[in-house]
Amino acid sequence: MLVHSRTGRWTAWAGFAVLFVPLFALPLLVIVAASFSTNWSGAFPSGPTTAHYAAAVRGESLQALTTSLVTAVTASLIALTAGTWAALAGAALGAGGPWGRRAKRFLDALFMLPVAVPSVVVGLAVLVAYSQPPVLLNGTRWIVILAHTVLVTAFAHQSVSAAVVRLDPMYEQAAASLGARPSYVLLRVKLPLLLPSLNAAAGLCFALSMGELSATMMLYPPDWTPLPVLIFTRTDRGALFTGSALAVVLMAATLLALLAVSRIRTKASYR
Amino acid sequence: MTSGIRFDAVSVAYGGTTVLDRLDLTVEPGEVMALLGPSGSGKTTALRAVAGFVRPVSGRVLIGDRDVTALPPYRRGIGMVVQQYALFPHLRVEANVAFGLKARKAPKDEIPGRVAEALEMTGMAAYAHRYPRELSGGQQQRVAIARALAIRPKVLLLDEPLSALDAQLRSGMLAELARLHRELPDVSILYVTHDQVEALTLADRIAVMDKARLQDCGTPRDLYRRPRTEFTASFVGNANLLPVTVTADGVTFDGTDLKVAPGDAAPGAGATLCVRPHLVGLGEGPNALRGRITEVQWRGSTHRLYVETGGHRVKADVRELRETPLLGSEVTLHFAPEDAVLLAAGVNDGH
Repeated sequence: MLVHSRTGRWTAWAGFAVLFVPLFALPLLVIVAASFSTNWSGAFPSGPTTAHYAAAVRGESLQALTTSLVTAVTASLIALTAGTWAALAGAALGAGGPWGRRAKRFLDALFMLPVAVPSVVVGLAVLVAYSQPPVLLNGTRWIVILAHTVLVTAFAHQSVSAAVVRLDPMYEQAAASLGARPSYVLLRVKLPLLLPSLNAAAGLCFALSMGELSATMMLYPPDWTPLPVLIFTRTDRGALFTGSALAVVLMAATLLALLAVSRIRTKASYR
Repeated sequence: MTSGIRFDAVSVAYGGTTVLDRLDLTVEPGEVMALLGPSGSGKTTALRAVAGFVRPVSGRVLIGDRDVTALPPYRRGIGMVVQQYALFPHLRVEANVAFGLKARKAPKDEIPGRVAEALEMTGMAAYAHRYPRELSGGQQQRVAIARALAIRPKVLLLDEPLSALDAQLRSGMLAELARLHRELPDVSILYVTHDQVEALTLADRIAVMDKARLQDCGTPRDLYRRPRTEFTASFVGNANLLPVTVTADGVTFDGTDLKVAPGDAAPGAGATLCVRPHLVGLGEGPNALRGRITEVQWRGSTHRLYVETGGHRVKADVRELRETPLLGSEVTLHFAPEDAVLLAAGVNDGH
């Protein structure tokens, strides 16, 4: 601990509480409280009920949750594959002289683009690009999954890149000296050693995709409505308490998935 | 098929800096060759050129009769052990040792036997099911050696394999490596080190490197007793080097006549006199040099004295003295004529 005196420690905790409670904890608690209420006119909500939850796990709402989960898992897996591939290719390029380093910087910038561009612009761009033949994706679920993939690949690439840089080349060289071809080294040495970072990147991609709204709003077809869109349309129409219950379900589903990912302990993480 | 390694005028450069300059060196089949030199001397680069991790800008590297200069590392058939062991942390000891066999698609039913054999050879059979992180540094090093030996390489490259170990473990592993080489007499070993004791103990021949170049090459006894260059003399055995002038029956150093075998140096020429610190005695004797003590280091069984004489610091390692000599006191040092080597001037650039 950096703070040693007793009063200093209390001050630190008090400062943390003052910042954390109103900014992070309270809004989420309010959502949880609202999801169990029928009206909220005074300081506290009233009319406790679980009816919103009963509705939230049925019919349209359940459909939206499944839609979100399928979108997030698909987009994360594609993003992880593409991002990892790009990160490994970038590292190989970077090792190949000044031209290689320039190519690597270009590749990195290209993959960072969706982070720099507002997601609503990414949504619009995907919509405009794929609304005409030959690639007509507009109106299908694939346009939503595509946009999510584009958005989260940037994060997958970035976090895997950082791990690839930290990966000591001596493992690769030891494997090569033992007669392992590059593909064997990748499968048996590099990917297993990168697994903790791949896990973390997968969790990040999944969480981002589960919460994505702005690009999705530009693109979603009627039969592929992810949960954030449903929350938005419900609350927009004044159904605040139903929306709150859906928001809690979204939060819980995301947290559970992240928890599951973090439980995947890899042998390499014991190092 | 012969093994052995041959460097044929191998040069390596990184971004315009030459880190290995036209190295010509042959490691005979079954020979242990130590590449000895300070850091930055090019010795590790030479080893990496054999392993295939650096591509020479010119010259050829041959393993046996095969020119491997353009081959990728995985097709060279070498075993390699590096300073940090580089054991795969996600694999158990037995899987680490089996890695090379599986990568080379050795017959499945042969693998367990050869893994066991390699672990047996390095005394690590009891640890087959452990993960590398559960082993000490010395044990990890044994596994790394077992992993390199399991593929039965004709050539073994050892890059500072003992420098991460503490002193006691190091001398144990040295004996172990010597035993392994006796058991595998056909394997050629290229052993990179900056430690002269390791090189002198283990090597059949030592190649001394400095400033990207080969400075000297010979048997340990040869290099130690009869160094050919000043660099070799000072790096191997930390010799005293005194500038002298050759006379008809010896040399003069700072006006003092000293008797040494003159070799082929012409009288009147400048030369360097090389004497090992442990061959310098305290007190009167042949070839006496008077001087003043500037520093004393007690090293347990010996005292190292630094004595200023004729503007030079002479190092003397003498058997532990009852009383530590006082700084600044006048002493006389001596050495036997046959313990000194005369290096002709102009041989200190190595070529």
